[in-house]
Amino acid sequence: MSVNQQAHTGPPYGQPQPGYQGYQQPAYGGQPLPGVPQSQYGAYNGPMPGYQQPVPPQGYFPSLGFPSKGSPVSLNSDTSSLAPNFIGSLRAPPTSGAPPPASGASLPSGHLAYSQFGHGDVQNGIPASAAPMQRPPASQPFLPGSAPTPASQTSTFQQYGPPAAGVQQLSNHVAGMTIGSTTASAPPPAGLGYGPPTSVPPVSGSFSATGSGLYTPYTASQGPPPTSVSQGLPLAQPPFPSQPISTQRLPTQVPGFAPPPSSTGIGPSSYPPTTGAPRPPSMPGPPLPGQTVAGPPTSQPNHVSSPPPPSTMTGPHPGPPMSGLHGPPPPTHPPQPGYQMQQNGSFGQVRGPQPNYGGAYPGTPNYGSQPGPPPPPKRLDPDSIPSPQLNELPPQQKPRHRIDPDAIPSPIQVIEDDRSNRGAEPFVTGVRGQVPPLVTTNFLVKDQGNASPRYIRCTSYNIPCTSDMAKQSQVPLAAVIKPLATLPPEETLPYLVDHGESGPVRCNRCKAYMCPFMQFIEGGRRFQCCFCSCVTEVPPHYFQHLDHTGKRVDFYDRPELSLGSYEFLATVDYCKNNKFPSPPAFVFMIDVSYNAVKSGLVRLICEELKSLLDYLPREGNMEESAIRVGFVTYNKVLHFYNVKSSLAQPQMMVVSDVADMFVPLLDGFLVNVNESRTVIASLLDQIPEMFADTRETETVFAPVIQAGLEALKAAECAGKLFIFHTSLPIAEAPGKLKNRDDKKLINTDKEKTLFQPQTSFYNNLAKDCVAQGCCVDLFLFPNQYLDVATLGVVTYQTGGSIYKYAYFQLETDQDRFLNDLRRDVQKEVGFDAVMRVRTSTGIRATDFFGAFYMSNTTDVEMAGLDCDKTITVEFKHDDKLSEDSGALLQCALLYTSCAGQRRLRIHNLSLNCCTQLADLYRNCETDTLINYLAKYAYRGVLSSPVKTVRDALINQCAQILACYRKNCASPSSAGQLILPECMKLLPVYLNCVLKSDVLQPGPEVTTDDRAYIRQLVTSMDVAETNVFFYPRLLPLTKADVDSDSLPAAIRNSEERLSKGDIYLLENGLNIVVWVGVNVQQGLIQNLFGVSSFSQISNALSTLPVLENTFSKKVRSIVDMLQVQRSRYMKLIIVKQEDKMEMLFKHFLVEDKSLSGGASYVDFLCHMHKEIRQLLS
Amino acid sequence: MATYLEFIQQNEERDGVRFSWNVWPSSRLEATKMVVPLACLLTPLKERLDLPPVQYEPVLCSRLTCKAVLSPLCQVDYRAKLWACNFCFQRNQFPPAYAGISEVNQPAELMPQFSTIEYIVQRGPQTPLIFLYVVDTCLEEEDLQALKESLQMSLSLLPASALVGLITFGRMVQVHELSCEGISKSYVFRGTKDLTAKQIQDMLGLSRPAVPIQQGRPLQTPEQPAISSRFLQPVHKIDMNLTDLLGELQRDPWPVTQGKRPLRSTGVALSIAVGLLEGTFPNTGARIMLFTGGPPTQGPGMVVGDELKTPIRSWHDIEKDNARLMKKATKHYETLANRTAANGHCIDIYACALDQTGLLEMKCCANLTGGHMVMGDSFNTSLFKQTFQRVFNKGFNGEFQMAFGASLDVKTSRELKIAGAIGPCISLNAKGPCVSENELGIGGTSQWKICSLDPSTTLAIYFEVVNQHNAPIPQGGRGAVQFVTQYQHSSTQKRIRVTTIARNWADAQSQLQHIEAAFDQEAAAVLMARLGVYRAESEEGPDVLRWLDRQLIRLCQKFGQYNKDDPNSFRLSESFSLYPQFMFHLRRSPFLQVFNNSPDESSYYRHHFVRQDLTQSLIMIQPILYAYSFHGPPEPVLLDSSSILPDRILLMDTFFQIVIYLGETIAQWQKAGYQDMPEYENFKHLLQAPLDDAQEILQTRFPMPRYIHTEHGGSQARFLLSKVNPSQTHNNLYAWGQESGAPILTDDVSLQVFMDHLKKLAVSSAS
Repeated sequence: MSVNQQAHTGPPYGQPQPGYQGYQQPAYGGQPLPGVPQSQYGAYNGPMPGYQQPVPPQGYFPSLGFPSKGSPVSLNSDTSSLAPNFIGSLRAPPTSGAPPPASGASLPSGHLAYSQFGHGDVQNGIPASAAPMQRPPASQPFLPGSAPTPASQTSTFQQYGPPAAGVQQLSNHVAGMTIGSTTASAPPPAGLGYGPPTSVPPVSGSFSATGSGLYTPYTASQGPPPTSVSQGLPLAQPPFPSQPISTQRLPTQVPGFAPPPSSTGIGPSSYPPTTGAPRPPSMPGPPLPGQTVAGPPTSQPNHVSSPPPPSTMTGPHPGPPMSGLHGPPPPTHPPQPGYQMQQNGSFGQVRGPQPNYGGAYPGTPNYGSQPGPPPPPKRLDPDSIPSPQLNELPPQQKPRHRIDPDAIPSPIQVIEDDRSNRGAEPFVTGVRGQVPPLVTTNFLVKDQGNASPRYIRCTSYNIPCTSDMAKQSQVPLAAVIKPLATLPPEETLPYLVDHGESGPVRCNRCKAYMCPFMQFIEGGRRFQCCFCSCVTEVPPHYFQHLDHTGKRVDFYDRPELSLGSYEFLATVDYCKNNKFPSPPAFVFMIDVSYNAVKSGLVRLICEELKSLLDYLPREGNMEESAIRVGFVTYNKVLHFYNVKSSLAQPQMMVVSDVADMFVPLLDGFLVNVNESRTVIASLLDQIPEMFADTRETETVFAPVIQAGLEALKAAECAGKLFIFHTSLPIAEAPGKLKNRDDKKLINTDKEKTLFQPQTSFYNNLAKDCVAQGCCVDLFLFPNQYLDVATLGVVTYQTGGSIYKYAYFQLETDQDRFLNDLRRDVQKEVGFDAVMRVRTSTGIRATDFFGAFYMSNTTDVEMAGLDCDKTITVEFKHDDKLSEDSGALLQCALLYTSCAGQRRLRIHNLSLNCCTQLADLYRNCETDTLINYLAKYAYRGVLSSPVKTVRDALINQCAQILACYRKNCASPSSAGQLILPECMKLLPVYLNCVLKSDVLQPGPEVTTDDRAYIRQLVTSMDVAETNVFFYPRLLPLTKADVDSDSLPAAIRNSEERLSKGDIYLLENGLNIVVWVGVNVQQGLIQNLFGVSSFSQISNALSTLPVLENTFSKKVRSIVDMLQVQRSRYMKLIIVKQEDKMEMLFKHFLVEDKSLSGGASYVDFLCHMHKEIRQLLS
Repeated sequence: MATYLEFIQQNEERDGVRFSWNVWPSSRLEATKMVVPLACLLTPLKERLDLPPVQYEPVLCSRLTCKAVLSPLCQVDYRAKLWACNFCFQRNQFPPAYAGISEVNQPAELMPQFSTIEYIVQRGPQTPLIFLYVVDTCLEEEDLQALKESLQMSLSLLPASALVGLITFGRMVQVHELSCEGISKSYVFRGTKDLTAKQIQDMLGLSRPAVPIQQGRPLQTPEQPAISSRFLQPVHKIDMNLTDLLGELQRDPWPVTQGKRPLRSTGVALSIAVGLLEGTFPNTGARIMLFTGGPPTQGPGMVVGDELKTPIRSWHDIEKDNARLMKKATKHYETLANRTAANGHCIDIYACALDQTGLLEMKCCANLTGGHMVMGDSFNTSLFKQTFQRVFNKGFNGEFQMAFGASLDVKTSRELKIAGAIGPCISLNAKGPCVSENELGIGGTSQWKICSLDPSTTLAIYFEVVNQHNAPIPQGGRGAVQFVTQYQHSSTQKRIRVTTIARNWADAQSQLQHIEAAFDQEAAAVLMARLGVYRAESEEGPDVLRWLDRQLIRLCQKFGQYNKDDPNSFRLSESFSLYPQFMFHLRRSPFLQVFNNSPDESSYYRHHFVRQDLTQSLIMIQPILYAYSFHGPPEPVLLDSSSILPDRILLMDTFFQIVIYLGETIAQWQKAGYQDMPEYENFKHLLQAPLDDAQEILQTRFPMPRYIHTEHGGSQARFLLSKVNPSQTHNNLYAWGQESGAPILTDDVSLQVFMDHLKKLAVSSAS
């Protein structure tokens, strides 16, 4: 919506900040109106604006979460028609509210505010108070607005009261955000993240201003107090629900309510967009209106003053408003204040800043309402209030529905904070259980005994001592391990330790490798294993005296005693068949069927290989790569090539016996590139010619892998197959597949079959491949369904990568493909790998996720493992841990390097153990948690209906949060949503996972895409999942052309967009450049080289190279992003209001998605409801 | 008698036919008492320089079951333009083209001198000859090099339009595509997996794309040659390519570890070759030429495992039923051979190795399809090189001396029936009124298919007289036999050669002397030998010998003149005089004796024995021995140890070997170098004479014989000593110590002893 209105911002460049504010503000003002007109957007925007304000708040979106319920309310308020869609409902309210706001700060405005707040509430719940701050004026209107519901509100307020404490935390967050800056000076904060966040920043700004002093404290508080972490959200107020009911669907709603409880179990109910009823209940959330009202006014004012706000922001935060807010909230508004109060109260001044939240909170009450079903939690029973409120509520509700998006926890804010707080200093790994900076933060690592977070990240760095605690918290204990991760040039690679023929020193019992945590005793003659406590003799050659501290004298000389990560040279005992391995081989296997030839793919690959072969990975000091190469082409039959250096011409050998694959030649198939250079060149020249006239359209697939496997077997080496494949293998051969794509299966119990391989043939094949160390990388170029789920099995289980280029076209996709190919060929890779994770007694690695094969329960086997592959390992208790000794992990990876050297890479990590749940919650890492949850869920779809998986996910997260609320947060109203600081982004990220293509496919998502994504995510590291699920959205027009920094990211919501700007969104697979309709012609000219918006071509796959600063800047940004990702991202140009925009909107994960995914606010509301149900 | 000899010789020259009996006993009963069956050796394509083929189609009897060809034996009514078939007595109208015939204007086929006549018929499409090389690459470098050169050389001998193809094999089987440029391309098959023809064709991409079946027969699409052209190309187009390809041919690259034989997929390679031709050129003249340097060691058709410690089967193993792979392998090759024969193709086997190569198992490939079988020690010997070159020999008119896809149809007059045939042929299962129920050789049919034949290919055909004793044949009646051979000439023309012969009947009781006088003992010996060899393939050796002996004794009883129980009174007439001697040598020949021969050698000898003409067969049975000395011109001498004298040079021709043996004194002279002294130039000439004669034989014979030059006491002298009649051994004293010859250290009986026993048994009244 903002976008539409953004006309204001038009000149984005000129006024970056203003732009934002402008957006939001205008959005507020006009959002409703414009929003309404616009289909969904309108709706979104409506709420969005609200959100923005609330944004700062911690992250309760109770009401929104339940969108379903909340929406109902809105529906009620709006019109039944709207009801169907959450959005609709939401919109409705906004619309209605919208007009009013325009009119004035009065009720209508209040509504608006509500809407905003509503969201905000959810998030801020408590912070509501903050809202008040800005909205002081509005606050009054609120009263009126709220007035009708007063009773309920009051009650709610009271409830809130208690939560206040939690609330504070919320505010704290906000504060935290601001704090950094605030402490320094008011202005900075605004500039910080807030600025971008839109309204939020202002809020924060205001906060800071208001209670700058306070802030500091908050910050402090935030850090330490888990409480602070939690954010209390006022429970939704039952009354609201009633309202919705009143509107139209009393009956329906009622039922709806009933269901909710069930729904509480898991999102489903909320989602059931299908059923109007269910949603309505959720809608109630919005009702917060009362409070929201307050919020709105403020927001509006801001908007109105949009221009000013910035100033205020930057400047002394609108000290006045702020202060005013603070002041007023607590005392002034008894009722709302109540909310605020509580919130504020808890946070004290902090809330001041949160005032917005306050606004948001009001929304929360709505949530309460949503919970309608759950109403029991609080007094605001929908039922009780229903009729009366109905009448009055409608108006209010509308406003209330809105939770200020700015009031709910903002990923951007969190990322920015971490970046500024922790990016500067190196992360030193010497301390046990230390939580590393976020993956989005650039930081250096100094290894002082624990593995770098680049190698291992954990969901929690503090492990409950007992399994009971672990079960209670439901926080999964998992480590995400990337054993061969690439390090930045500033950090040193793991040292290679050679112990000679005796090999590495190991514990006698558990076979753990020597590491810094081993205790040397008896003067150094023995050592006690840190994992199993067994005492082992130190081998004579390894003996060393201890110093007075019990440390070995050679402590610093031996990497295995002083570092967290290092490598051992393996002895022959660690080799297959007790024979040192030969250098590995790469086999390129090219599909030469009609499609591949016609699209120019074959020629492209052959051309590229000619030069690429000079860049095979090599061991650091070697002059040429030890890797040998071989070539195969195939369609219905396979063609092997003899490229022996002594031949004048390559020889082609056709094997048509695909039923029983074998390798027809031995000598001359795998060759050294330098020796056979001319023959290879000749071959690569001829391949495209030979098949230029092919009419063969059928292909085989399994025999291709078998051929590669047999070739490696014959050569007695490990290696990698690069298979370039175009179509479903329907030719008569083993592993033949049939087209079984059936979209009708979606949302049925059989949906899982879409992810399962058609035949077990490939599983067996994969097993053979793993045994030989044959890794398979698959490049797919499908024009139609080719069953990635089945074709990918071998790749997946051998640790390979799949690349997919649907509808491959030379012009647009060649760069992407070639870059991927180059990176894939050149990247560091180990072969024939076995990984084992050892742990302290008490916990045990029980489950593994990633691209690998397991023949037993402990060893992860990978035919190939490259620097991008990640394995997620889950731990479970099998005994107690002690706080003193903590918990240790040792990941040992045995692999063959690209030069054929057998090595062991060891990563050690020590974690703390706790007896207090609070410690657990304080040391969690949400990004890692999401990584685990996503992988867990993505595996779940293989065996369970997708809906079950989704419900389980929601349920688990609700339990995690509920446990926190119950055990760690200071007592507060059940209506408050309180999130642990470390997990405040859990809801938004979780929602992203739930909305992802695998778990909730849109109509345009193909079965292959889903299978592809599913497999892709399974071996992603934390940074990749982070950006994949919550894409990075950068306002290009805000980029500073003079510096090489990236513009500050903004949140993934349409209402953050301005029509006059150009944005770039990246998720690790795609880069989408979105161009607003009102972008200045000059910019368009500069960036695209065309004179008008309409002339921009959708078909561009790269940005034209133009000699101007803007173009250069943008291209450098794109390049920078490309370098950061392991895959070359596809660049897509999307023009606003173009058909393609759907695609872009798909990535705006905070918005409601077309496929039915909830918006952030709605989901937060739903989450809140779930939690409350658990608590009650 | 001279007349009979002349008659026989004349007949042979004109018709290529030698009958065991030239006057036929007129009743079944009498015929069986003759012991030697009524049979003939037929050389269907006997070279006839004086026989220009006629350019029209033969006139056939209109009776469907007869279809005999008009011949000089037919009665012709010139006025009515009718002719009577002499086999079924059907009266036939001459075709319109014969409207002008009269007594003075006869077509060639009615003239008596054209009892053998050849027609050229223009029927069906002409297809070029096809040569498919199937080459073993598990060879020593030298061998492979020699083989490659031979193959390259052979390209220049092929007619330009002939299609050639190349399959190489070792551990894998490669079918080379010949039409590609730049990159050499081949289809590779696993050597361990047997494939059906359909699979092979699919895998080679030869199966015709599923064309909707058009009405009637699928068109002989122009596409067909295009498809197969990838593997079979006209020589003139790709001889450069193929020469290069052969030049680049490498030894099988798969490592052979110590103590192992190389893995050789002969069975699959042949199967693929057969499948390839089967799919592309059925029923056309094609040769699959297999060059192998060792036994098949894997896959179907495996003869021996790859473990060197397990030796290849010997006769001993076979007798003990210890050759576990033999039956399976034999079955595999038999199946292949039958398929090949059914398609009218033939398989040549050129096996060159010091050890056995599995000819025993593979023999049927050559035997059933009329292919050549050549056995040598190495591809790098002149034996192989020359022999291989001779395959492409051209006749006097510059045409290849090979014909393809022949079918032989035999018709007899009513008193005779056909019992079977022995030779490089398979039955076409043509039952008819003239097919006897008693089978001799490949029987039960009146038609045989001979996939490949050359001018010397000779079949033995056995008949049975079925005329009953009480149904006398009218005076002057003659029995007649007609041989109709249709074949594809090497010029790809289709030709039909018709030979019609007639012989007189005689009542065995009243005219036995006529019958006796008309006995052709040479032909009879060969015919009996073929029967014996044929039996030996399926029976135990001793049984065959006993059978042969019994036949001989019965013959002697029947035709000898003697007083009962008085061996000394025993006499045989001149026309039988040599027969016992032939039998004596036959008993000792490698065709019936397996002692001292490997199974492969036996197979090889037998293969040649059942396809060579009478002269060559006789040489095989009883080698020829010439003596060179200062006492006179070279003379044939008895194949007897007494012929081995110190001052003689002996030249022995056993067909398979040419042995030159220097007597003790001669050898000493040679060592002393007299031949180099001008005054002893005559000695030099003496030494040279047998060499020249041997050279002459070597030049003409196919396969080229093994050439052995040895001397008294030389180890190679065993070839001679094992052949001669051991009239002097360490056992018999009457010649011991005399200067009359060289004693043979053997326990074998000598001809003398044999004859003595024979006489005794023949005159014995006990039997």
